[in-house]
Amino acid sequence: MVHAEQVWKSFGKLDVLKGIDITVQPQKTFVLLGPSGGGKSTILRCINHLEKIDAGRLWVDGELMGYRQKGDVLHEMRTKDVARQRSKIGMVFQRFNLFPHRTALENVMEAPVYVKHQPRAEAEREAIALLAQVGLSDKLDSYPAQLSGGQQQRVAIARALAMKPKVMLFDEPTSALDPELVGEVLDVMKKLAETGMTMVVVTHEIGFAREVADGVALIDGGVVVESGPPNEVLVNPTQERTKLFLSKVLS
Amino acid sequence: MEGAALSAPVAHEPGERPRLIRAVPIRHWGRWVSAAVLLFLAVALAWSLAHNPNVGWATIGQYLFKPLTLHGVLVTIEMTIIAMAIGIAGGTIIAVMRLSDNPILRTVSWIYIWLFRGVPLLVQIIFWGFLGALYPNLFLGIPFVGLVFGHANTSALIGAFTAAILALGLNEVAYSAELVRAGIISVEAGQTEAAQSLGMSGGLTMRRVVLPQAMRVIIPPMGNETITMLKMTSLVSVISGHDLLTTVQQVYAQNFRQIPLLIVASIWYLALTTVLTIGQHYLEKHFGRGFGQADAGGAERKALKRVTRNG
Repeated sequence: MVHAEQVWKSFGKLDVLKGIDITVQPQKTFVLLGPSGGGKSTILRCINHLEKIDAGRLWVDGELMGYRQKGDVLHEMRTKDVARQRSKIGMVFQRFNLFPHRTALENVMEAPVYVKHQPRAEAEREAIALLAQVGLSDKLDSYPAQLSGGQQQRVAIARALAMKPKVMLFDEPTSALDPELVGEVLDVMKKLAETGMTMVVVTHEIGFAREVADGVALIDGGVVVESGPPNEVLVNPTQERTKLFLSKVLS
Repeated sequence: MEGAALSAPVAHEPGERPRLIRAVPIRHWGRWVSAAVLLFLAVALAWSLAHNPNVGWATIGQYLFKPLTLHGVLVTIEMTIIAMAIGIAGGTIIAVMRLSDNPILRTVSWIYIWLFRGVPLLVQIIFWGFLGALYPNLFLGIPFVGLVFGHANTSALIGAFTAAILALGLNEVAYSAELVRAGIISVEAGQTEAAQSLGMSGGLTMRRVVLPQAMRVIIPPMGNETITMLKMTSLVSVISGHDLLTTVQQVYAQNFRQIPLLIVASIWYLALTTVLTIGQHYLEKHFGRGFGQADAGGAERKALKRVTRNG
């Protein structure tokens, strides 16, 4: 579903990603772990083309992201076509990024109505169902400022799901939350994984990785240090870097 | 009661509200004295105005609601509304152009702002008034090819009112553009990213996500601009624009009652500014939704609307 081959990304002289290879199978949850500044979030942002990659190739659902290949030549896609590609990829941000001037329900309805041109009544029905799914049936008409961080993040998940994406990206979805609110968001994500959604998750929650992930990768210094099933990488890591990281996170 | 406040706090049942502190408030003697002095000065000024024959209260009363004056007020309102409409619409376009990644649009908008902000408004007004001296005739057609769809005499086509509107409106575009641009860049980058990740195009993101949030920042200075515009319309008196000031000037040119007639104009300008200030308050409330003070009433209203709609 998501396939990255030798992806490079630099910001000026700083190489943030130095040849990333990742494959995420459909209906699987893939967790990216690693220290801050290692390039985990940049990988997610490259997957939905919020950042342009400088070398390598990146496919989502069999489509090359952001470019069209004709023979050996790559052509930049027009923004309209990039937007169409992005609508198949849901993204959840660390800082929620809900639209503050719209209620929870309006946040969820926004893209189906204005991007997919779905009839309003139908979009509203689906949005109400999605908000029920994340346990917020009683907050439909609340503005983001009236919700707790955990509630806001659950609205953000419902908003991303409203576009019926093929893959969901989570960029440290619980890092901005008070500790007692982390659980409610992880529960929603766990349920989502059980329904067979393809998910790529950047997180520091090792417990979530161990319990939910089908595959994990440790990213540091812009490279994949180690990857594999969680009960190998997290239990019997082969790389010193992985051991060091796990000992710091788990202590 | 003041004695009670001095006694030690009385023990109370858990969960019960304790006895609240009742202290003697600070006495602000300075405020009382300054208020008294200012009141005295205000009364003195009012007395002197009321008893000054040069004010001409009778003349003010005579001209305040005269059809001639009311027509001037109407022209001033009309000019303000049209010029601000041009200014805000054009300003939004120029602001978006300046923030575009298309270098041609960026350059064009930069030059526009440079030109119209750089030449004094009074000069621009006179310039539009004398456009006929630059191009005596205007053509609609394709230059150099000789194809002409129509032509007209400049002075006939662009009268004083049109010239005034063009000058005020096009000048306002440049200023509004910078206000709108400030509003747009005040919106968090995360908002644009969230919109893009939902598959929204650039235009849709601007219209549905960025501009509505920018409005919150744009409205207070834009209210300022509108009030300034209301008063700047008085500059068009130099090309006889039939606005409020021009009208009263024409009257006192004949009867030499300058002061009363200027007071008539001032009263109307103040009244219109007051109306605009009230309007601004309601606009701010509308675009501030979701921010700061939570609008619980609004949430209930929306829920009720949905329930009644869906039966």
